[in-house]
Amino acid sequence: MTAALELVDVRKTYPGSPPVESVRGVDLTVHSGEMVAVVGPSGSGKSTLLNLAAGLDRPTSGSVRIAGEALEKLSERRLAGLRAHRLGVVFQQFFLLDHADARDNVAAGLLYRGVPARRRRAAAEQALEQVGLGHRMRHRARLLSGGERQRVAIARALIGRPAVLFADEPTGNLDSANGDAILQLLRDLNRDGATIVVITHDTHVAAAAQRQVTILDGRVAS
Amino acid sequence: MSSPLSRLRLADLLPVATIGLRTRPGRAALSVLGVAIGIAAMVAVLGVTRSSQAEVLARLDRLGTNLLTVASAEPHGGDETQLPDNAGTSVARTEGVVAASATAQLNDLAVYRTDLVPAAHRGGLDVRATDTALLSTLDAAMLHGVFLDESTANYPVVVLGYKAATVLGIAGLTGDDRIWLGGRWFVVVGILDQVELAPEIDRAALVGFGVAASDLGWDGHPSRVYVRTDTTRTTEVAGMLPRAANPQAPSRVTVSRPSDVLSARLAVADATTSLFLGLGAVALLVGGIGIANVMVISVLERRGEVGLRRALGAARRHVAAQFVVESVLLGAVGGGTGVLLGAAVTVALAQNRGWQPIIPPEAAGLGLAAALLVGTVAGLYPALRAARMAPTEALRTA
Repeated sequence: MTAALELVDVRKTYPGSPPVESVRGVDLTVHSGEMVAVVGPSGSGKSTLLNLAAGLDRPTSGSVRIAGEALEKLSERRLAGLRAHRLGVVFQQFFLLDHADARDNVAAGLLYRGVPARRRRAAAEQALEQVGLGHRMRHRARLLSGGERQRVAIARALIGRPAVLFADEPTGNLDSANGDAILQLLRDLNRDGATIVVITHDTHVAAAAQRQVTILDGRVAS
Repeated sequence: MSSPLSRLRLADLLPVATIGLRTRPGRAALSVLGVAIGIAAMVAVLGVTRSSQAEVLARLDRLGTNLLTVASAEPHGGDETQLPDNAGTSVARTEGVVAASATAQLNDLAVYRTDLVPAAHRGGLDVRATDTALLSTLDAAMLHGVFLDESTANYPVVVLGYKAATVLGIAGLTGDDRIWLGGRWFVVVGILDQVELAPEIDRAALVGFGVAASDLGWDGHPSRVYVRTDTTRTTEVAGMLPRAANPQAPSRVTVSRPSDVLSARLAVADATTSLFLGLGAVALLVGGIGIANVMVISVLERRGEVGLRRALGAARRHVAAQFVVESVLLGAVGGGTGVLLGAAVTVALAQNRGWQPIIPPEAAGLGLAAALLVGTVAGLYPALRAARMAPTEALRTA
């Protein structure tokens, strides 16, 4: 098995007095096809870890590798290219474009790869079918329910077949029924081959993953 | 294996950049208002100026710039003083002169509707003796009747200037219209149309030299000579006329060019134009600051969108381009609206004044270019702010 994501002694210190050490030397390897849950109470540094792993922030020291590419060696432009081509992120707050319909929201996942609009939309329709929203393609995002919105966000992260799909508290804004449905969806996607890293403080969510990594005070506890 | 750079297709940039305009059309409309007003002011000022200048030029063209008047340099309290009695003929003989007509203001005479009007009620009208060529020299037209000719010049007949006829209450000719002039009746044979380049003729009752000498005590000295010159030599001829009119004392002769008054209006218009263009530029500047303000607020409101786009792989320059293009579009909308508004004002004003409306194409082009420039500059700072936001920061604070 090849490593989709590899963190080696990753540290993140925020300047200030005193400086805050949010992540204190994390080693983590996620193989292709795995579904891993990163669990920890709030303030444990798991969200910082997600930002570092997903290439949204740079570590103070240590190495982050996505599909074999070392992020610390990439320029800002290269890093943006890597985000566009190798990574997908699902946020707790969904971050949909409210004025656009579900299909265009999902198609935005390929916007910065320079894929022509017609092909983006075709791929978006396929991805929406995959998350069970084939009947909601042309609905405006702001008219969708919370569960539907998160499905749209997952389809958007999925559309580019990323090396790793990160999900930050994907059920945090949903009721338990919708939350369970999203977890089931993530499991199904993983079964179909997607590599998924879920960040959560909810042990119920973590239980859905094959492997759990607990973060405590910026370190891997188990 | 390194992944390719992210890229945003040009065809996708426009839809992405118009999100702000499409989702908040009211705000977009308000933010372009300043630029629209500035551009409208500039286009209207240039259009109105150009239209009125074209009107003046057309009048100059119609009236001709080759008319000169020769008079004494030292008028006595507004009354014209005499030129030497052969001034008319020597002026007419000067090289470059096409036509010349001598006239004499008969200073002590007044003209009345009837012999019953008190002598003090002069009505501001003059009596002038003139030769019979005056009509053609001035290129004037008759409103009614005929001008003086060789046969009528010796008889008590009079031709009234346009204003004089109005003041005397003679609207048309019935055949037996008479006026009281110099203590005797004169028959009105004609009424002149307005003579724009010689307003003193409008206010005059014109009699022939013959009757002036025999009945009105004229001593034969002209006081004002009208001269038409060869069009290309007007200035040169003007320099020669004082010596021709009065060889003994050329400095006591003044030569003027009535069309200069109209030409001066062109220069005055230029000065006021600069003032109003300046005001328009200030409005444009303020409009640009308005767009910049709205864009800064818009960027702050859309932090979440910026963060999301970065997470989806947008490079800083893609985010910057999105907001700059949005600002340029705001400028373009403002500029387009302004040009249309300015053109409408020009047409309305020109029609109101009876001018031919002219909207200079370069004013419309420059207006649009200025609006685009203002939009670009106004968008730079907000766009750079958006591009500089760290993705995590943008997502966390959204």
